[in-house]
Amino acid sequence: MLEVRDLQAFYGKSHILQGVSFDIAEGEIVSLLGRNGVGRSTTCKAVMGEVPPQGSIKFRGTELVGKKQHEIARLGIGYVPENRDVFPTLTVRQNLVLGMKSMKQEGRWSIDDMFDLFSNLRERADIRAGALSGGEQQMLTMCRTLMGDPDLIMIDEPTEGLSPQMVEKVAGLLEEIARRKVSILLVEQKLTIALRISHRVYVMGHGHMVFDGTPEALLNDAQIRSEWLEV
Amino acid sequence: MELVVFSLLNGLVTGLLLFMLSSGLTLIFSMMGVLNFAHASFYMLGAYFAYTISGYMGFWVGLIFAPILVGVVGALIQRYGLRYVHRWGHVAELVFTFGLAFLIEEVVQFFWGKATKDYHEPELLDFPLFTLFGQSFPAYKAFMIFISIGIFIALLMMLTRTRVGLIIQAAITHPNTVANLGHNVPLVFMGVFGVGSALAGLAGVIAGPALGTFPGMAFVLGSIVFVVIVVGGLGSLAGAFVASLLIGWLQTFAIALDYSMTDLLDLLGVSFSDDHVLRDLWSLSLPQVAPILPYLLLILILIFRPTGLMGKRET
Ligand SMILES: Nc1ncnc2c1ncn2[C@@H]1O[C@H](COP(=O)(O)OP(=O)(O)OP(=O)(O)O)[C@@H](O)[C@H]1O
Ligand SMILES: [Mg+2]
Repeated sequence: MLEVRDLQAFYGKSHILQGVSFDIAEGEIVSLLGRNGVGRSTTCKAVMGEVPPQGSIKFRGTELVGKKQHEIARLGIGYVPENRDVFPTLTVRQNLVLGMKSMKQEGRWSIDDMFDLFSNLRERADIRAGALSGGEQQMLTMCRTLMGDPDLIMIDEPTEGLSPQMVEKVAGLLEEIARRKVSILLVEQKLTIALRISHRVYVMGHGHMVFDGTPEALLNDAQIRSEWLEV
Repeated sequence: MELVVFSLLNGLVTGLLLFMLSSGLTLIFSMMGVLNFAHASFYMLGAYFAYTISGYMGFWVGLIFAPILVGVVGALIQRYGLRYVHRWGHVAELVFTFGLAFLIEEVVQFFWGKATKDYHEPELLDFPLFTLFGQSFPAYKAFMIFISIGIFIALLMMLTRTRVGLIIQAAITHPNTVANLGHNVPLVFMGVFGVGSALAGLAGVIAGPALGTFPGMAFVLGSIVFVVIVVGGLGSLAGAFVASLLIGWLQTFAIALDYSMTDLLDLLGVSFSDDHVLRDLWSLSLPQVAPILPYLLLILILIFRPTGLMGKRET
């Protein structure tokens, strides 16, 4: 579904991605692990066209390099950035409406689905999104992206700073997303959830991939874990 | 009494006109992050386009098509000028709009000449609407009030009640996030610039007959509009609204109230001999200083509340 080959990206003069290659198959849940600052978020941004990419990124055979952000989103890729970027002055419901690419869209998800999954959002539907708690904002950004009915969703550190309870809710949503046949690229730092739900994991070192395999293989590879994951 | 009623009404006309420019300028500022110095030039273009169109097809056709034409010109300038210049940063954008203001003024003089144009209100509206205490209020001014309020209500509805309006609101503060959701942000920006320009154009169309259609009109109103948005707080629509009305009334009341410091001092029983050194200063009357009052307000605001009346604190 997604084929990334020799992806390079720069911030000014600093060479952040130095030849990143990875694949995601239809319906697959893939985790991208790694320490702070190795370039995981930059990888998502480069796929999305938010950071200008070099190399090749093919989505269902279509080359994404050179396309604009909204064109890439409209091909069916969703991105939930790590900063919980809700539109603070709009209501929860308006935030969700803006996730839809058009009003007539018939997709896998409806606003009611979102409210069924997170009753908190239903209760606060007409409140300004800026007034939600951090965890609720995280939920809202994920739901907002899902409203656009992506076939592949990239989610950047959704559990960061959340209570164990909230982390479980996020995990539940990830499972629901997978059940509806949406492929997932999950960027994480903690292994717990990533290893539990992923089919495959990548570990990123400085600007390139250093491991590709199943969660079991990663658990058995003490060397990779100590060199690239544990602090 | 009649003074108060008429000053209130005239101030309202000026204030609404100012808001028609300052609202668009505020939206465009929030979006670009820089002031568009050419904004009032679109106001002038509106008046000239309407003048020419009305010469062939009458005032009402001009009223509708001149703003649309100005909006298209604005959108094209954004698309093929500003969007390109953007990559060189804010200073380049600022200089671009500055140059554009001069360019439009030159173009206007080239095609229409330096003299004030004989652009009139339509006959249909050329009558006194009512007479109060022997003074009459022209129907055309009532028409200006009516058009302005109508347009503002329509735009407010569009911005807060429609999906496109929500996209615009979100795109102004979070362009990147909105683009990631699959909305064409550059197109939205072009549209906002176009509509903002069209609003300025509409202000020109209806103000042209009342305030005069001449090549300096952009500069005259433009400088006041900048005062308005700084006083209101850069980027705040509500602030622009309050400041527009405030300055509209400040100016009309200052012109209507023919008092000077000497009058005030007389009232307090203080008087100066005719050869006192400061006599000229004391006897300046309010109508004489009216034109500088907005700038005085600007300076006071910058000293005592640099973020403007409703501006957010710099972060
Ligand atoms: N806007 C930017 N300008 C310059 N450098 C940046 C920018 N954003 C990120 N970087 C740098 O790029 C590198 C990779 O950043 P990235 O955000 O991709 O890391 P990450 O793996 O997502 O880690 P984390 O999210 O835990 O910080 C870091 O060294 C970071 O300092
Ligand atoms: Mg990151």
